[in-house]
Amino acid sequence: MPIMSIEDFSFTYASAPARSLNNINLPIMKNSITALIGPSGCGKSTLLRSLNRIHDLYPGNDYEGRLMLLNAQTQEMENILDIKRENEFIALRQRVGMIFQKPTPFPMSIFDNVAYGLRIAGIKNKTELADRVEAALKGSALFGEVSDRMNKSAMGLSGGQQQRLCIARAVALKPELLLFDEPTSALDPISTAAIEELIVELKKDVSIAIVTHNMQQASRISDYTAFMYLGDLIEYDETEKIFLNPKEKKTEDYITGRFG
Amino acid sequence: MEKIFKNLSLISASLVLVLLVSIFISLFNSAKPAIDEFGLGFITESAWEKDVPIENSVSHLADDAKKIKQEPATFEDDILAAYNDEDDTLTKTIYGGLIPIVGTLLSTLIAMVFALPIAMGIAVFLAEIAPKQISNVVGIAIELLAAIPSIIFGMWGLFYFAPIIQSVVGGYQVSLLTAGLVLGVMILPFMAAITRDSMRTTPDVLKESAYALGATKFEVIKDVIFPYSKKGIIGSVILALGRALGETMAVAFLIGSVFLMPHKLSDPTVSIPVAMANNFGEATGLTLSSLFYLAFLLFIISFLVISIAKFYFLRKAD
Amino acid sequence: MRLTLNKIVLLLSTISALIGLAFLGWILITLIAKGLSSFHISLFFKDLIDGGLRNLIIGQFIIAGIASLIGIPIGMLAGIYLQEYGRGKFVRLIRDLSDIMMSAPSIVIGAFVYAVVVAPTGGTSGFAGSIALAIMMIPIVINTTDNMLSLVPIELREAGMALGASKYRVILDVIIKAAKVGIMTGLLLSFARIIGETAPLLFTSETSNYFSLDLTEAYPSLTVSIYNLANDPTSASRDLAWAASFILTILVLLINLVGRYITRHKG
Repeated sequence: MPIMSIEDFSFTYASAPARSLNNINLPIMKNSITALIGPSGCGKSTLLRSLNRIHDLYPGNDYEGRLMLLNAQTQEMENILDIKRENEFIALRQRVGMIFQKPTPFPMSIFDNVAYGLRIAGIKNKTELADRVEAALKGSALFGEVSDRMNKSAMGLSGGQQQRLCIARAVALKPELLLFDEPTSALDPISTAAIEELIVELKKDVSIAIVTHNMQQASRISDYTAFMYLGDLIEYDETEKIFLNPKEKKTEDYITGRFG
Repeated sequence: MEKIFKNLSLISASLVLVLLVSIFISLFNSAKPAIDEFGLGFITESAWEKDVPIENSVSHLADDAKKIKQEPATFEDDILAAYNDEDDTLTKTIYGGLIPIVGTLLSTLIAMVFALPIAMGIAVFLAEIAPKQISNVVGIAIELLAAIPSIIFGMWGLFYFAPIIQSVVGGYQVSLLTAGLVLGVMILPFMAAITRDSMRTTPDVLKESAYALGATKFEVIKDVIFPYSKKGIIGSVILALGRALGETMAVAFLIGSVFLMPHKLSDPTVSIPVAMANNFGEATGLTLSSLFYLAFLLFIISFLVISIAKFYFLRKAD
Repeated sequence: MRLTLNKIVLLLSTISALIGLAFLGWILITLIAKGLSSFHISLFFKDLIDGGLRNLIIGQFIIAGIASLIGIPIGMLAGIYLQEYGRGKFVRLIRDLSDIMMSAPSIVIGAFVYAVVVAPTGGTSGFAGSIALAIMMIPIVINTTDNMLSLVPIELREAGMALGASKYRVILDVIIKAAKVGIMTGLLLSFARIIGETAPLLFTSETSNYFSLDLTEAYPSLTVSIYNLANDPTSASRDLAWAASFILTILVLLINLVGRYITRHKG
């Protein structure tokens, strides 16, 4: 069952003469990991960044089509492109979290980083905050490493720890969908393995879409894979089928390393 | 040829060090007579060019006691007191820097109180609120405002701004308040421009991660941009403060240039740069040397303020 | 609540920007209105003694021009040293001191020149004014040269050296050329900065009512005369001060705009 359904979706940047995404149709399945792969400039990050409408921070971009997100209460699909009001954007971003290429700890303590989203969402109760921060850090396999220095600056953590902190910060809000934009591209292999393990662990509670240009990573952790090329969705299927038995020639060329 | 060129460039670079050291030494030397005469007491002495009886140790105390008893209530009384000061006993002239020092500090303080909130608002507007084109155009306008010679601010302040302030708060057109406010208008664009530059060092992705958690623009500014660029912003503000401390022309028209301790904001007084600007030309002897003493103090103060801004707050990470 | 607070703060910031612009507008409108009403083309052909500004404008340019002739080579050579020859602690020290000097109060520079030039030579002079402005200019030129040279890629230096050229030739023929646009802009802006200065000239060059090419005596200065004229109680003097301020500001803003134009279109 899809948590999000991308329908006839096209996107044009304010500064670009042509569409960066062309008529994309793609489901993001619930409680599974969907990987978006493709060579640089294929539009995979642009698509991911449309799903929480972070593009809207910069004026003049143009959307077409529908981005249908499942409303957990009513079980109905609602088009997030209809959102116009600031409070609706806030609500959307609380439901759809995002992790970036580089770790982005805020210049504050470890505890305050994880508590940040909760605090601005209006949670003031100290025990509740502490409980949810602890749960999020445990869920991100970081609690053991930082429990004795929760009030120290987050800037002192290693790159891998910082990225897990950012995951904890997003998870603390209990989002329905988590977007990962090449979350391990700035990390060493050991930290990468830890993050991958964590992402797989997370899909019990949350649906995940991940952009990666590391095909091994996509094949290791994802359930579904979408291959994109020059703004078009070339092929979408279960990961195993994409990697073992792709239908399209372009997909095969890419995953066998003939271009990219 | 190579050697000559290299040596010339080395000499030029060394000239900076030579110049700064020479400024320090020559100001100190020229101030030496006043430093020898008045010592550090110069800083706390409020009389300027005041004749006191020679046997000063006793009468000076008596003088002070008298002053405490009948503290002049207004600055008109001060003027009268200054004129009545002459008599025929053997006297010597004493100079003290307290009034210009206080005038400098207070006018700078007023300027900062006025300019700081507006400059922060402008910086936030330029860095975060305005669409790119508007931000560019307004940014250029603000930078051009910063390039206008300070004497223009002074003239505009005297003829157009001060009368309005006077009609609102009363008092004199030339006063600590009007001088401080015009000084504030003058440092406003500079402070706004460099604060904006500091805010812009915040990486986009850091702001995006806060927005991605559902933060509002104000929350992103308060919780991410300000903490991230805190050092740069504080450094920028201190740099603007340094500029205000040493500013002459924006203040010279407005502060009144009289050696009187201000009792309220609408009283005229004098600042160190203005005392120098208006008295240096005709000064000789101990007067000149006392002015150099003031210059020396101003140099040290601004040296310290600028060093703190540049090397503690604005040092680029190497 | 959060959204209201957000709106209030954004509104306040926007208002601040409008206040800033209002001051700019106010000052410029005052200048243009007062300046134009007092302006007459004959001001360019008469000296101050005859109620014109000719000697002051020429004098200001000559003082600032000589200051540039002193300040630009020294500043550029020093900037070249910092970027191309020097290393380690000394470079850091000079860079720091130059940074401090750039923000030193201009009246203090005036006092320094008074002590080392005016007092020993027995009086104010155009040269003393030029020296004061040159001292103000040197750190600005150092900063510009230093920054612009640091943007020239290292490969360009290596390529030049690989052709067997001596280092100073590479610096003059290749590196400076590569950084030309940035350096030119910086030099223009530093000139704009010093030509509007008053405080360092007050007791170095002073000013004069007459046209003069003799730099060994008190020398006509536009800015110093503006100060004197504006403090004069007669309205004719004040009008002249406004006309002079108008010309000065247009000049400074023009140089700034040209500098910006060069960076944008040739950089």
